[in-house]
Amino acid sequence: MTTLILKTEPAVPLEAEKIAPDHFLGKTASEIAALPLLYGNEAVPLGEFFSVSGNGSAEITIEGDLKRVKWIGARMTQGRIIIRGDVGMHLGSGMRGGEIVVHGNVGDWAGAEMAGGLIQIHGNAGHGLGGAYRGSPRGMNRGLIVVTGNAGNEVGAAMRRGVIAVGGEIGEFAGAFMIAGNIFVFGRLGARAGAGMKWGSIIALGEVAELLPTFRYSCRYQPVFLRPYLRMLANFGLPIVDAHLSGHYRRYCGDLASLGKGEVLVYDQRQ
Amino acid sequence: MALYIDGVEIEDTFAEAFKMWGTRVVITAHNRYWAQQAALKMTGFATSVIGCKCEAGIEGEPAETPDGRPGVSVLLFTPSKDDLGKRLLERIGQTVLTCPTTACFNGLEAPDQISVGRQLRYFGDGYQVSKMWRGRRFWRIPVMEGEFLVEDKFGMQRSVGGGNFLILGESLEATLHAAERAVEAMQRVPGVVLPFPGGVVRSGSKPRSRYRFLPASTNDAYCPTLRGVVASALPEGVNCVLEIVIDGLTLAAVEEAMRVGIRAACQPGIRRISAGNYGGSLGQFNIHLHQVLAESNKDEQR
Repeated sequence: MTTLILKTEPAVPLEAEKIAPDHFLGKTASEIAALPLLYGNEAVPLGEFFSVSGNGSAEITIEGDLKRVKWIGARMTQGRIIIRGDVGMHLGSGMRGGEIVVHGNVGDWAGAEMAGGLIQIHGNAGHGLGGAYRGSPRGMNRGLIVVTGNAGNEVGAAMRRGVIAVGGEIGEFAGAFMIAGNIFVFGRLGARAGAGMKWGSIIALGEVAELLPTFRYSCRYQPVFLRPYLRMLANFGLPIVDAHLSGHYRRYCGDLASLGKGEVLVYDQRQ
Repeated sequence: MALYIDGVEIEDTFAEAFKMWGTRVVITAHNRYWAQQAALKMTGFATSVIGCKCEAGIEGEPAETPDGRPGVSVLLFTPSKDDLGKRLLERIGQTVLTCPTTACFNGLEAPDQISVGRQLRYFGDGYQVSKMWRGRRFWRIPVMEGEFLVEDKFGMQRSVGGGNFLILGESLEATLHAAERAVEAMQRVPGVVLPFPGGVVRSGSKPRSRYRFLPASTNDAYCPTLRGVVASALPEGVNCVLEIVIDGLTLAAVEEAMRVGIRAACQPGIRRISAGNYGGSLGQFNIHLHQVLAESNKDEQR
């Protein structure tokens, strides 16, 4: 295992996409310390900000206040990163495999356009979680993101596949322009969820702020397909109870302003 | 060398079994009743590939199912890969899709796969929706009761069909009782099914007949009413014969089922346990009764 401890808090953003198992594997501690990071507009060795211990392995532990450290685990394909502390934007952006576990809060665009792997956030997440960058045709395309706290706006925007589960609240425009995939929210689902969605499912197990008028009520039923997902998500410490598996959901199909084959499933609290 | 279990003679012969392709389907439903109903329909009229195009049976009730609901595990066998896909599609489409509250999952991880949900989805007439879960694709097909959830692909593997043994008894009562005990014991063996009614068949056949249009006919050597007319294989005192046929995902599973079944069938009133074969010329597997039981003795000694 490789351990990085932040020794100097960066004054401006530190872009650290080299912090990923793919770049660490097989390297010595000194070689890892020499990996280039981008500090503001200049390249600096990793060792300038982090003390490094252990040889390069598939498991990396990072400690410290990393709020200004961006792109950790970006495009990673394997291994595991464990972060103890808050972490900055673009965590696991475009990742294809492996696992990132954060014990703290995470900035915007975590898991944006990821194509595989798992991100577990034991804290809150920012905006654009699992979403698409501006101008991109699609966001998250496979993989799993679990947030035990709250998440910001545009969660899973234009997502194509995969699962995002948020234990707390979600901001506005969750699943906007969603192409497919699943977004679970256990707290309050913010306004305008699913705006422009084609396919995909937004599953609201808590309160729903409002639904767009372009979503039309279908029925109250027990969707069997949710059960495997919920059983899997129960392993991540989300507040899932048996009634969520066997209970009734109100189905709203939409967005009829788009293709209209998506849905918002609202757990009926009056079981 | 003569072998006896509880006074019942085990004939030194073998069961002739055949190469098959097999798959496992897990059917879940709102409750056990509906899962059973779907499974019973799906495995109905599936006793022999000769007349039914496939052989199928209920394997058991898995403790764990993908959706956590009560479920039934079904095994289905055909002589070829192509047939397996066709039969599975027909049967799931006509018996599981139609049954209230059911969902249908692949129960066999195997490199060879058959598209099932991928074909059945068209019943959704464009309103079907695909979902991915742990790398597996499912189809949600809208139906009048809600949705039918079916897995995209089902695994299949080379299997064994036609494992068997014959219970030769003094009376109908004794033979039926022995067959029931054997079936009860064999149903606890994973990876096998007994495709005939209640797991038992009374009309064993030989692969020929005096009629040109008929490829198989009654196994006259084992018909007690024909003793004295044909070259009977029945020892003195035997008045009833029942057969148990076993299909399994592996040869080991079939052998294990035969092992526990033969032991359980050695009941009072049973004179002999034999097996059906065609001289070893047709089937790819010859399962010798003495060898199978010798394995059992070894296990006990361990």
